[in-house]
Amino acid sequence: MEDLLNAVVLLGNYVIVPGLAYGSQLALGALGVTLVFGILRFSNFAHGDTMAFGTMVVILFTWWFQSMGISIDPLPTALLALPFGILATIGMLLATDRLVYKFYRKQRSPSIVFVMASVGVMFVMNGIVRFVIGPNDQRFADGQRFILKAREFKEATGLSEGLTIKVSQGLTLGIAVIVVGLLFWFLQKSRTGKAMRAYSDNEDLALLSGISPEKVVMITWIIAAALATIAGTLYGLDKSFKPFTYFQLLLPIFAAAIVGGLGNPLGAIAGGFVVAFSEVTITYAYKKFLKYLMPENLEPEGLVQLLSTDYKFAVSFVILVLVLLIRPTGIFKGKVL
Amino acid sequence: MSFLIGENMTGGYGGADILHDCTIAVEKGEIAVIVGPNGAGKSTAMKAVFGMLALREGRVMLDGQDITGLTPQDRVKAGMGFVPQNNNVFTSMTVQENLEMGAYIREDDFSDTMEQVFHLFPILKEKRRQPAGELSGGQRQQVAVGRALMTKPKVLMLDEPTAGVSPIVMDELFDRIIEVARTGIAILMVEQNARQALNIADKGYVLVQGRNRFTDTGEALLANPEVRKSFLGG
Amino acid sequence: MTMNRNVLLFAGMFALIAFVGFAQSWSVALTILNFCLISAIMALGVNIQWGYAGLFNVGIVGFTALGGLAAVLVSKPPVPEAWAAGGTGIGLSIVSLGVTIAAATIASRRMTGRWRKPVILLIVVAGFFITRAIFDPAVQAIEAVDPAKTGYLGGLGLPIVLAWPVGGLLAAGVAWVIGKIALGLRSDYLAIATLGIAEIIIAVLKNEDWLARGVKNVSGLDRPVPREINLQQSDWFIALAGKIGADPVSFSSIFVKLSYAGLFAVVLLVILWLSEKALHSPWGRMMRAIRDNRDAAEAMGKDVTKRHLQVFILGSAVVGIAGAMMTTMDGQFTPGTYNPLRYTFLIWVMVIVGGSGNNWGAVLGGFLIWFVWVEAEPAASWLMNLVTSGMYEGSALREHLVKSAPHMRLIVMGVILLLVLRFSPRGLIPEKGGRERPT
Repeated sequence: MEDLLNAVVLLGNYVIVPGLAYGSQLALGALGVTLVFGILRFSNFAHGDTMAFGTMVVILFTWWFQSMGISIDPLPTALLALPFGILATIGMLLATDRLVYKFYRKQRSPSIVFVMASVGVMFVMNGIVRFVIGPNDQRFADGQRFILKAREFKEATGLSEGLTIKVSQGLTLGIAVIVVGLLFWFLQKSRTGKAMRAYSDNEDLALLSGISPEKVVMITWIIAAALATIAGTLYGLDKSFKPFTYFQLLLPIFAAAIVGGLGNPLGAIAGGFVVAFSEVTITYAYKKFLKYLMPENLEPEGLVQLLSTDYKFAVSFVILVLVLLIRPTGIFKGKVL
Repeated sequence: MSFLIGENMTGGYGGADILHDCTIAVEKGEIAVIVGPNGAGKSTAMKAVFGMLALREGRVMLDGQDITGLTPQDRVKAGMGFVPQNNNVFTSMTVQENLEMGAYIREDDFSDTMEQVFHLFPILKEKRRQPAGELSGGQRQQVAVGRALMTKPKVLMLDEPTAGVSPIVMDELFDRIIEVARTGIAILMVEQNARQALNIADKGYVLVQGRNRFTDTGEALLANPEVRKSFLGG
Repeated sequence: MTMNRNVLLFAGMFALIAFVGFAQSWSVALTILNFCLISAIMALGVNIQWGYAGLFNVGIVGFTALGGLAAVLVSKPPVPEAWAAGGTGIGLSIVSLGVTIAAATIASRRMTGRWRKPVILLIVVAGFFITRAIFDPAVQAIEAVDPAKTGYLGGLGLPIVLAWPVGGLLAAGVAWVIGKIALGLRSDYLAIATLGIAEIIIAVLKNEDWLARGVKNVSGLDRPVPREINLQQSDWFIALAGKIGADPVSFSSIFVKLSYAGLFAVVLLVILWLSEKALHSPWGRMMRAIRDNRDAAEAMGKDVTKRHLQVFILGSAVVGIAGAMMTTMDGQFTPGTYNPLRYTFLIWVMVIVGGSGNNWGAVLGGFLIWFVWVEAEPAASWLMNLVTSGMYEGSALREHLVKSAPHMRLIVMGVILLLVLRFSPRGLIPEKGGRERPT
């Protein structure tokens, strides 16, 4: 019995808790991609670097606040800096829309041209981020580190396995729930949110109903900026900030958005968790876990790891490929195909 | 001067002209129907009235005002409602949300308009929380008409509202359209089912190759042997 | 007139490189030229995909790296101890993998009913574990063989020039798999799928030490041209250097670079010639017809997906060839250096700037953008030093600006891409007879 509990706690500590946090981060990222896809109808390759840009601004403000001695201990100072990061990112995205995408919208260019333009935007944003903050790892988490420490858990339960919950993980989950709640309330209940859904559903009819495309597009960028900054900051707090990692996040984020059905917000959230948990469960080494569950003479020799963590991107990719092969519209029917 | 009139309209989609000196008019509370063989420019004539293609010659007047230069969106604001032939509902949104989107440009309280629409199409009230994409073809057309009515238009234009629905549903739709007309709205529609449509029409336009061929009351057109022979299959 | 303009553009390009020769050094200029030649080939490959068919491939870095892998696998001598230790295991695991895939394929084709999916899943899972059970010990054994020097299976010990076509074949094989999956879906999906496969290829090359030593790199690759040290010791070379009055040591380095340039130029010209032939053949016309109006082409009974697959494979193969050439010139295979910004997106800028759909445009774009990319770094540093010269020495901001200057070239590239897309979407040498595309 105790072995079973230990095994469960072990799994909770290394798979469930990190998976939930990572899943929330991916879900927030995928929501941004899916919204842009639903309204502007292209896959935004600059989304990863948008996250990096927003996070960079948050980090700069965090450092500034720290230098002035402002803090909201036990919470990380980055939370205080978050609104500033969001504002800067909104400004950035609205500027890129005005300077880049609006032209192609007027021209009614095919989506691949938008994708290409987004690659250009990605380049520029990537360059800006590297120019300002450099290409290296940046740590900016402060305040309390743990909600629950392994030692405390062990003492409280008497189990030999500990359960750790980091503040960043708790924050991620809490903020994700709030943000997603707000977003869905906005999309389902508010007049502007409904107009966005209408525009995504049927552009011509939306125009006929007097919905202004420019306004819808603007709101979309504002929301995408907020989502990207929040997702990026939470990811950075939980792991660390490195511009190239954020670029690489594109793959799991796209995978999440496509798994759920591009253009479908609910799908993006489900997709985020599907991708995150697949990644974590497949790259976790089950040796210790099995040790608790198996009779002593049957203990596994190797790490019992399905795939090394170096291949976590392969997991996203395989999920992506499976979805493309089996159900290209995603789990929840996506927009178009 | 008619309430809505597209006068001597000539034009097309950039290339050769499709409409040639074509005139379509409708009065308040009246139903005007445009019929004709395939490729006669029926839908084009209606789209011209709605501002979806640029006219080279002619003009469109609504309630004595020249609206030739207005965009379709502005014409909606000026009191015209348009029901496209295809993709005329927001499939992922509920019936009620479809109606709300119809009223998007209205700043005032539109709940009584919605009640009127529900009164006109009781099935929509029943299915108000269902996504429009899950409804049957005939019910979808009702949503589409209801959506267009939400702006309280003075003119309602329908592009082949009965395309692809069963004869029973067609009759029901026509009944509803008559009811709408009775509320004082001018109705202009393009119809493939010429005979049934002329039956309910106060005025009928038979177009051939973008020109007015016959123009008369629905009744008179139905009685006209030449029209019967050439366009109504005897 | 346009012909003259194009000649002028190329003349200007070579003048730029010559200017570097005079102003900096001929060695630098030749290095730039060699990379320009390779970039031009890559740009040709991408142009085949994008320019001919409108396919958006963002996995160029992966195909480049496969070419590099080919250089190792073809030219390095085999490591007999490693083969003895784990060769059989690797062979068996490949067989086991093949059997698994075959069994799963047969099951998915032959079986019907509710047991179909569970059976396929069972086959895949069982196959995975069996393969891993054979594979893991073999890998451990191989990687244990003199890890500081080898620790991998080695290659075939053949001349490295053979690696160029092999690199093309490797890239073509991977392109076939990806194309089968993603072509025929939304155009964005190909982009995302290629982005993914590139990440995976790089991850495999970084981590599978038994294959090509991973991040421990493989250096000392065979060369298709003589080594500087051998040249310096051979009499004919010293005599030649004496005749033109050059120092044998520095001349040997220039001579080697010139030899590479000659080889690369031959490959470039052959591929360019073939590309031009293909573009103006009925096949090329059909490709462009499909690109410009897919629906019409489909209505005429063209199998668009199949054509796209052909073109996708061909373009990727060309990129693979270029990748092998680049590794050959570097003399080493370093998986850690394959960065998508440098190897995927930069090539895209080349194609767009040069003129998508026009092979000469792609070549010019390859030259020009590589030149700008290389020279932007010193230029940016120089600019930053100038801008910050008013600040006092040791100022943190000044240090930061000067240190970050190299990143400016990413911004420069992005801006160039956006400006060309917007204001001159047909590029420097526009597609001949191609109609104005919305791109």
